[in-house]
Amino acid sequence: MAERPEDLNLPNAVITRIIKEALPDGVNISKEARSAISRAASVFVLYATSCANNFAMKGKRKTLNAGDVLSAMEEMEFQRFVAPLKESLEVYRREQKGKKEARKDKDKKADSEEQDKSREEENDDDDERMEEEEQNDEEEVDN
Amino acid sequence: MAARLSGGENRLVSLPLSRIRVIMKSSPEVSSINQDALFLTAKATELFVQYLATYSYKHGRGKEKNALTYSDLSHTAEECETFQFLADILPKKILASKYLKMLEKEKRDGEVGEDDEEDEEEEDEDEAVDEDVGS
Repeated sequence: MAERPEDLNLPNAVITRIIKEALPDGVNISKEARSAISRAASVFVLYATSCANNFAMKGKRKTLNAGDVLSAMEEMEFQRFVAPLKESLEVYRREQKGKKEARKDKDKKADSEEQDKSREEENDDDDERMEEEEQNDEEEVDN
Repeated sequence: MAARLSGGENRLVSLPLSRIRVIMKSSPEVSSINQDALFLTAKATELFVQYLATYSYKHGRGKEKNALTYSDLSHTAEECETFQFLADILPKKILASKYLKMLEKEKRDGEVGEDDEEDEEEEDEDEAVDEDVGS
């Protein structure tokens, strides 16, 4: 599973903050507990990725998409994450759209077409899928 | 690339997407990852951390001392089906002295040691060894 342990770790400070915000004020978290949660989080990413990838392969796709990750959550019995994830995803997509438009305006002004080409290919896939997903995913998310 | 709103704590996601991507890509079967999928995985991981921490705190003995301990976590991995995929990386711990006694007993009895002695002593955490010595 882990090739080089350092690369597969998540930043301690961020993990600690997430834990502290989740627990009641003043609860102590032992260093060992913190490190264990961090490892667990990395394992979770691997497990989720593997699971999502199975869904992608079922759909004969080589690129993992949002739907694959959501399906993985259900499969892994983390159904409770699906609604909040969908909500966050909508905010994220709006943000990304906003950023893209800002970049495009900037590019037009600077007249540098190279920037568009050098953008990651995932963003292109992303565009196609955003349109697909938006057609499929129009349900309201209840809280 | 990271989905950050300007100004500190109110970010959409705190975990760095670049790091999440590194972990995801370490999976050999994965070719490419759409940006939305990357974001969702990062966000899901945050939700997971919150869930694991709160569940373990709620169901564990650490809260008797207003703490979240390692044994709360390993207890969760063992008892709760949803978290069972973590059982191997969160093994239960026993005191070194107890482990040595187990070994002696095994020698004497010529039997495989049993898993009875699984006391989790929080004060002595730094003396504990992994039961799962094989890994």
